[in-house]
Amino acid sequence: MALKAEKINEHTVWQDLTEGLQIHEPATSGLFETGEWRTSTPVIDWDKCRQCLLCVPYCPDSCIPVKEGRREAFDYQHCKGCGICVKACPFGAITMKEGK
Amino acid sequence: MAVKERMSGNEAVAYAIRQINPDVMPAFPITPSTEIPQFVSSMIANGEIDTEFIPVESEHSSMSAAIGSSAAGARTLTATSACGLALMWEVLYVAASNRLPIMMEVVNRALSGPININAEHSDSMGARDSGWIQIYAENNQEAYDNTLQAYRIAEHKDVKLPIMICQDGFITSHAVENIMLLEDEPVKKFVGAYEPEHYLLREDETMAVGPYAVSCYCMEAKRAQAQAMRNARQVILDVAKEFEEISGRKYGFFEEYKLEDADFAIVAIGSVCGTIKDAIDRLREQGIRAGLLKVRVFRPFPGEEMAEALKHLKAVAIMDRCEGYNATGGPLGAELTAALYRAQASAKTVNIIYGLSGRDVKVSDIEKLYEDLAELAQGNNLFGEYPYLGLRNRSGDNYGADR
Repeated sequence: MALKAEKINEHTVWQDLTEGLQIHEPATSGLFETGEWRTSTPVIDWDKCRQCLLCVPYCPDSCIPVKEGRREAFDYQHCKGCGICVKACPFGAITMKEGK
Repeated sequence: MAVKERMSGNEAVAYAIRQINPDVMPAFPITPSTEIPQFVSSMIANGEIDTEFIPVESEHSSMSAAIGSSAAGARTLTATSACGLALMWEVLYVAASNRLPIMMEVVNRALSGPININAEHSDSMGARDSGWIQIYAENNQEAYDNTLQAYRIAEHKDVKLPIMICQDGFITSHAVENIMLLEDEPVKKFVGAYEPEHYLLREDETMAVGPYAVSCYCMEAKRAQAQAMRNARQVILDVAKEFEEISGRKYGFFEEYKLEDADFAIVAIGSVCGTIKDAIDRLREQGIRAGLLKVRVFRPFPGEEMAEALKHLKAVAIMDRCEGYNATGGPLGAELTAALYRAQASAKTVNIIYGLSGRDVKVSDIEKLYEDLAELAQGNNLFGEYPYLGLRNRSGDNYGADR
């Protein structure tokens, strides 16, 4: 039986990998923490945010979770720090800070 | 009951394809393999098979479509030659690393340049490290038999690798020779249905093929892929044994022709082996103990087994129908010489380039070569440092030495 994606990590030995590194289950990209790639980080000023939710569809990595019609804090596990949300926000509520 | 027929090599593999009735064939025409997709198209038009033929705009596309088709779960094949194979270069590796058991009929032809359409092994030898299994044929019969065995090897659970079935352009692909064909029913039973475990069109499973692998996974993935090639050794032998039961024809990694008691041997691939056998028969009548090792399987490379079969010999000529441009010789020469060294074989060896771009090789050329091998065994090297068989040159030397 092939290992589940969540069980595969950098300690997995070659005999345990799937053939051709195929993945036989859905929605495994969440396991890949692309937030490690970030060199600058979006920071939200909640006082300025009007909950217009424009930043949400602009985020290429779905890192702005929405709950009951309101956006929540960034998903820093996956945010690559591209800064598109900064440009998308009409109220200047998001700024980039250097580093993680 | 076998059926005696006469066919060209291209017709023979097309006949085998009809019997297998694969699911999908993307292909782009290139001489001398063009007839294969032509024959298959006719069979589809005549309702003899229900293979989906995809006309594509290039060989890069035919191999890419083959990868998509195979990943989707379809038994897939294509055919090509020379520059067509070269244009597939990038995606050949993808087919292998994604572990897709695609079959490709390769009709060996010289890679440009100078531009030439005749028999040479530079095309498939260039792809020898792409992760594909490679099986070579001496004649139309072997091209047919190898095609019938291809999917059984490629699709085996311990292997799952793509496979090239190679034959010499024109000499084999277009020359009409006698052939013993198997009947459809035993072939269908032997090849069986393709039932992959994982495939993109499987309704109850989501699947990703060919994901990006960062450095901490790539080496492990490649080692696992190399294991599949190592596993192919046993599978090739097992499938050959089963094939012998339905055909009466015996296959292995290589054929030994009068090799057991030989003093001098040639190691070669493909159609030239028929010429070599003829020369051996004549020399044997004169009491010269000449033999041949004809390579059938080049990938996986059966170096250990070949060295074992050759280690009793006094002198061995390793023939490459392919220039290596490494300034020392060809690929078979390099790999077999290394295998002989590892086996501590005492035979003297020479690597000879021959038959490039369809250059004819005569029985008399081979007879002379065996005589010169006998001289080599005595310590008299007539081959020079970089022998080319039958090359015109200033000194009139048989092997084109520059002196």
